[in-house]
Amino acid sequence: MWSWVAHRITGILVFFFLFAHVVDTAMVRISPAAYNSAVDTYKNPVVGLMEVGLVAAVVYHALNGVRVLLVDFWSRGPRLQRQMSYGVVALWVLLMVPFAVRHLMNVFGG
Amino acid sequence: MAVQTRPEQTGGRPRIPAPRTPYVSRRGGNFELNSWLFMRGSGVLLLVLVFGHLFVNLMLGKGISAIDFAFVAGKWANPFWQVWDLAMLWLAELHGVNGLRTVINDYATNPTTRFALKTLLYFSALVVIVLGTLVIFTFDPCIDPHSTLAVCQNH
Repeated sequence: MWSWVAHRITGILVFFFLFAHVVDTAMVRISPAAYNSAVDTYKNPVVGLMEVGLVAAVVYHALNGVRVLLVDFWSRGPRLQRQMSYGVVALWVLLMVPFAVRHLMNVFGG
Repeated sequence: MAVQTRPEQTGGRPRIPAPRTPYVSRRGGNFELNSWLFMRGSGVLLLVLVFGHLFVNLMLGKGISAIDFAFVAGKWANPFWQVWDLAMLWLAELHGVNGLRTVINDYATNPTTRFALKTLLYFSALVVIVLGTLVIFTFDPCIDPHSTLAVCQNH
């Protein structure tokens, strides 16, 4: 049940981000200066940390989505759904640690 | 012998079909089944598209700190990334709309609220898909006079 709740919350979060992301990227159509000034408002430690949170949501949603697929289409999926939940969390940590290190280096590295 | 339920016995409430009533397939397709399948199909494609997008933009080179107009111009001067981003835009937006439609159906019980939320949802999706598609295909990487891109050298 909790993975279902987390799947919904992360999905809604990513959906709202996508709206903002398409609108900010649309600034490239206006002028280089308009786009650069929009992106510059994101280049600070607070937004940098929010970006780690956003990627964490995307990665969780993706991995749990694979679990949903396996539960739906794999004959042993429903029986192994709990073990696969632990697998999702383990894989999520495994992907998020190197990403967070790399991303925060880029955010705080100047 | 199967007991038949007559409408007057249920007081107008929806009737539960008698046991072993044969399944009558609906005409004109099954929207909910198709949207259920779409979520899984688009999900698999988005796994590749979104992870590739995040890896190239955030992990390679100087990551987020390198993102500016020149970075976007460098990518969209190449049809490969135009098609990649277009597919990602359409699939992600439709996947997201379908997900939020389900969430609204689950929690908004008042018909007026449901209608208002779904209207807003579909309108926002239309804006995102139309705006995003136009930007990807009408974008001019050479709008920047200082561009060092090869495609901009003869401008």
